[in-house]
Parts: sequence; structure tokens; C-alpha cells
Amino acid sequence: MKKMITTIVAEQAKIGENCWSIWLQAPGIADNVQPGQFVHVKLNQGEKLLPRPLSVSEADRERNALRLIYAVVGKGTKDLSRMKEGESLRILSPLGNGFEIDETASKSLIVGGGMGIPPLLELARRIPGKKEIYLGYSATPFLLEEFEKEDAQTHVSTDDGCYGYCGTVIERMNQDKALGDIIYSCGPRPMLKALSAWAKERKIPAQVSLEERMACGIGACLVCTCKIAMEKEDGWHHRRVCADGPVFWSREVVWND
Amino acid sequence: MTETVHKRPDLTVEMAGVTFKNPVMTASGTFGSGKEYGEYVDLNQLGAVVVKGVSLTPWKGNPTPRVAETYGGMLNAVGLQNPGVDAFIENDLPFLRQYDTRIIVNVSGKSIEEYCRVVEKLAVTEVDMLELNISCPNIKEGGITFGTDAKMAASVVKEAKKYASQPLMVKLSPNVTDITEIAKAVESEGADAVSLINTLLGMAIDIHHKKPLLGNIMGGLSGPAIKPVALRMVYQVCRTVNIPVVGMGGIISGEDAVEFILAGATGVAVGTANFMNPCATVEVLDGLESYMISQGFSSIEEVQEAMKI
Ligand SMILES: Cc1cc2nc3c(=O)[nH]c(=O)nc-3n(C[C@H](O)[C@H](O)[C@H](O)COP(=O)(O)OP(=O)(O)OC[C@H]3O[C@@H](n4cnc5c(N)ncnc54)[C@H](O)[C@@H]3O)c2cc1C
Ligand SMILES: Cc1cc2nc3c(=O)[nH]c(=O)nc-3n(C[C@H](O)[C@H](O)[C@H](O)COP(=O)(O)O)c2cc1C
Ligand code: FES
Repeated sequence: MKKMITTIVAEQAKIGENCWSIWLQAPGIADNVQPGQFVHVKLNQGEKLLPRPLSVSEADRERNALRLIYAVVGKGTKDLSRMKEGESLRILSPLGNGFEIDETASKSLIVGGGMGIPPLLELARRIPGKKEIYLGYSATPFLLEEFEKEDAQTHVSTDDGCYGYCGTVIERMNQDKALGDIIYSCGPRPMLKALSAWAKERKIPAQVSLEERMACGIGACLVCTCKIAMEKEDGWHHRRVCADGPVFWSREVVWND
Repeated sequence: MTETVHKRPDLTVEMAGVTFKNPVMTASGTFGSGKEYGEYVDLNQLGAVVVKGVSLTPWKGNPTPRVAETYGGMLNAVGLQNPGVDAFIENDLPFLRQYDTRIIVNVSGKSIEEYCRVVEKLAVTEVDMLELNISCPNIKEGGITFGTDAKMAASVVKEAKKYASQPLMVKLSPNVTDITEIAKAVESEGADAVSLINTLLGMAIDIHHKKPLLGNIMGGLSGPAIKPVALRMVYQVCRTVNIPVVGMGGIISGEDAVEFILAGATGVAVGTANFMNPCATVEVLDGLESYMISQGFSSIEEVQEAMKI
């Protein structure tokens, strides 16, 4: 039987402007984790009932540890940022379907925006062969050192031009005339929508990781749905981001709502 | 050497001629059709699995966001998304039938005819009991929910009874002035049991974006925040009707379940707590059993009768 596991905070650090990194340790925690999967983090405080979904940024099997990178946006992530090394935290893990890595691609494009960047780190490590990484930030970049350790070209763009190219990732990709056999992406919905159109024009298949507010995290409550195209009915149906995703093929996502 | 042997209490309960191995059930809509949570809990341990609401045709449900957390509770506006009763019978029922637990199917509808058709289709299946969710809007009567009008509640029960082969439990809405009035009305039309409470209509606003947190604007409040209201209503209904009552609303521990049974409930259902901990149902069951052992209770009936007023 699966269960909620108790993890120990092994490391907590602020790694950027409103950007935190936490390593959680527990026996076997990093086994069988696929890039793009997420964990559901239960905070211990009574008034906050629901766990918070956070993507796995790194899975370290030797240390039995998972790394989560997060921004403080509300009460839950604020409490998480106050957790100290040695304290315990309960999680459900690993959840969802991660990216489907195409081992045969001659070149892969990895495209991330903002808080969608963290899960792409573990992904970048696991993708064999040639790859190019495009990362878009609103301001000061984070996790860049880690990405630069990968055997890949990393291109950075920022909205305010404080680092790298000034503009969106897509503008940057256009400037570079970026091409590849497959795209893997995670980021804010408007970016994913634009990327989906970009990929469609160039006939490049793209996998995108979506976000929706969650409760159960395992597919039972149906609060986290997104619209996915289908032939029957009105052309779309609701799928669960937690259990059917969070990664979907961009051509199947109904973007205009 | 002497050994104290604690006799395990008898947890079985009976409702409308159906025997349940224990009073702990799942609350409809929070447990899907059992498949997902079946990976976290042994469904054989549960008194019953109450599945999510099924309707005559597939319902797509509401736009997202469908959930918002509030202090000690949560709002949901799923809008009863489900694949329809035929898909339920074909895909979900065979899975559940593998387990030694009772199956209760929650039925939704937008008209009396729709409720009746679903009940009719389920009549020939291996389902142990039906739970009529009367918190649905009656499209023909201008969208007033069946459960907030005693006459409408009574008539849907009366008609559904004609098609039902299994006992019919009616799930009551708390969004009424006097819940005992609705309970009496459905009892008089032949309801075999009542369950309560469904969610309380609520709302939450994002003050930064100045808009409601739910796509549907309003939604149902559940979780620990609603427990005192739920308990009060269960107590009132238990003193009013002679049919069994299943109590729910904010149960997260064995102690919470005990409160509902002391208030008179025969069964208890665990909903939102599953989201906080997927093993909540069995933990509630264990807590209930420990309480009974420590207090020397030998049956659920004894607990039901133990409250001193
Ligand atoms: C599959 C998945 C993976 C995610 N991975 C990461 C990650 O790696 N790093 C990271 O920083 N964040 C990630 N998120 C978003 C993260 O879950 C939310 O930021 C977090 O739940 C907010 O909790 P809170 O209590 O701080 O905020 P709340 O007080 O609950 O809400 C504050 C604000 O955050 C928004 N919000 C709440 N929950 C979510 C949610 N699930 N998704 C999107 N917005 C939400 C609310 O609409 C609100 O505007 C992910 C979300 C999903 C669904
Ligand atoms: C996400 C969600 C979906 C629900 N769906 C249904 C449903 O389909 N039919 C129904 O009768 N009640 C439904 N309910 C209400 C619950 O069964 C229960 O009555 C209520 O949540 C109170 O119990 P709790 O506080 O333990 O969750 C739903 C509740 C939630 C939170
Ligand atoms: S969060 Fe419950 S189904 Fe996705």
C-alpha cells in the first residue's frame, strides 16, 4: 500500500528573489521519480488542510533526497519557507505523469518560464543526446548554475533585461531560429499557449506541464481539471491535471478559455 | 500469568436491512469510485464506499478553479462532473465489487425523471444502497434545489422509491432553515435512511485580483470548519426521525466520529479528511475502535444510546 511519508528537511535555503530551495530526505524517496512528477506537501498546521503540489526539481538517489524549488505566494508556501533543517514534513510522492522522454530525438528543446523552470532541471539531466535549454525569468535568474553544468547550451531571457536577452523566451527562440525534434516545457499558461502555437507552426511535438489548484492530488476529487481535445461530444473533455497530467501533449490542450 | 484480553467491540451496524461491517464510510465525491484511494487503504476495511454522484448523462461540471482553501475548511465547485450512470456501471462497479465492502451509489439529477431513470438503471446492479443527492437544482422548477424545499424533496423521494430495488438513503442539504422538516418529509415518503450534511454554500474572494476564488463564484464548504454545524443538525434529525442517520461534516479523527455517533448517527462518513491524508478513513476507524475499547463499549448501538442530556 502507498502512504503519506514522513520526510526530514535536510536543507532549506533562499536561492533568489522570492525563490526557495528545500531538500527532503526519506528512505527510497528518490526511487522511481520521473522528471515532471510532483509531490503533495502537507503542512502540519491545523488550519491549512490541503497539501500543496510542488514539482520535483532534483531526485538524488544516493542521498535519498528530493529537491523542491518554490516561490512564496501565500500562506502555505510561507510556512514551508519557515521550516528548519531537521524538522519533519509529510508528503505524498511521487504523483502524476512526468515527461515522456524521446530517446531517439536528435535534438531536444527544453523551454521553461519562471516557477516552471525547476522541474526541467531533473529533466535536462535525463535527456540523452543533443539539447538546447531556453529559460525565461521575470527578473534575476535562479538555478542557472545547475543548468549550466549540463552538457547543453543554455539561453536566458528576462522580462526586464537584467540578465541575458531582454524579452520572452519565444522571442529569444525566434532570434536563434531554434529547432529540434521535440519540445519539453513548463511555465505560466500564457507562455505555454504561445509556445504551443510556435511548435504547431514548426510541426514540432511539444509536451507541456500544466498547473491547476488541487485537493486530493491523486485523481479522486476532480477539482484540478483542464480541457483536453477529443473527437466526440463538443470536441473536448475534462482531464485531471494531477492524475492524467500534469504533462500533456500541447496539441491536445484546449488553450482558449 | 494472567493476560487481560480486551474483547474487540462489535462494530457492525444495520441500516434498512443492510449489514455494514463497521459504521465508517466515505463521503460521496471525495473518494471517486474507490480506485485511487484503493492504493492507499484496504477498501475491505471500510463499512461502505459511497461513490461520487452519478447522473443519467455525462456531466462536464464547472469551470476551474474548482477549489479554494478557507480557514479550517475548503470550498469546492466541481459541479458533479461524472461520466454518467452507464459508464459507472460498466467501468467502476466491477472494480468495487472485488472488495468485501458495501457499495452505496450517490445519485444526482436535474429533474425527477432523471433521478428515476438513474435509480431504475441501478436497480438491476449489484449495488447495496442508493444515496439520493437532493442538493441538485431542479431545472423544471426554476433551478431551486430539491433539498431546500420539503415538498420537492418529498416528491423526488416518492417517485424514486417506485423504481428502486435497493434501500434509498436521502442526502440532506444544510442550506435550509429547519433541516428536520426536510428529514420528516422524506421519511414520510419512504426514505429508508438519511445522510447529512452536504456542503454549506459559501464563497471566498481574492482581494488582490478582486474576484471570487472559485470559477463558479460560490461553492460548497466542507472540512473541520463545518463540524459543529453538522453535529447539531445530525443531533436534531436523530431526535426527529425513526430511520437510521449517517452523519458527516468535518470528521477527521475517531473522536470526531464518536461525537456523531453519540449524537445518534448509525453511520459516519469521511470526506475532506481524505485530501489531508489518504489513509484518513482507516485512521478514523481505528480511533473509533480504540475509544470503544477504552470506554468499555461492546457495540455501536451502546455508543448511540450513551449520550447524557
Ligand atoms: C503540478 C504542480 C506543480 C507545481 N510546482 C511548483 C513548483 O515547483 N514551485 C512553485 O513555486 N510552485 C509550484 N506549483 C504551484 C504551487 O502549488 C502553489 O504556488 C502553491 O500551492 C500555493 O500555496 P500557498 O498556500 O502558498 O498559496 P495560497 O494561499 O493557497 O494561494 C496563493 C496564490 O497561489 C495560487 N495557487 C494556489 N494553489 C495553486 C496551484 N496549485 N497552482 C497554481 N497556483 C496556485 C492561488 O490562486 C493564489 O493566487 C505547482 C503547482 C502544480 C499544480
Ligand atoms: C470535492 C467534493 C465533492 C463532493 N461531491 C459530492 C457529490 O457528488 N454528491 C454528494 O452528495 N456530496 C458531495 N460532496 C459532499 C460530501 O459528500 C460531504 O457531504 C461534505 O463534504 C461534508 O463532509 P466533509 O466535511 O467530511 O467533507 C462533495 C464534497 C467535496 C469536498
Ligand atoms: S486534485 Fe483531486 S483529482 Fe486532481
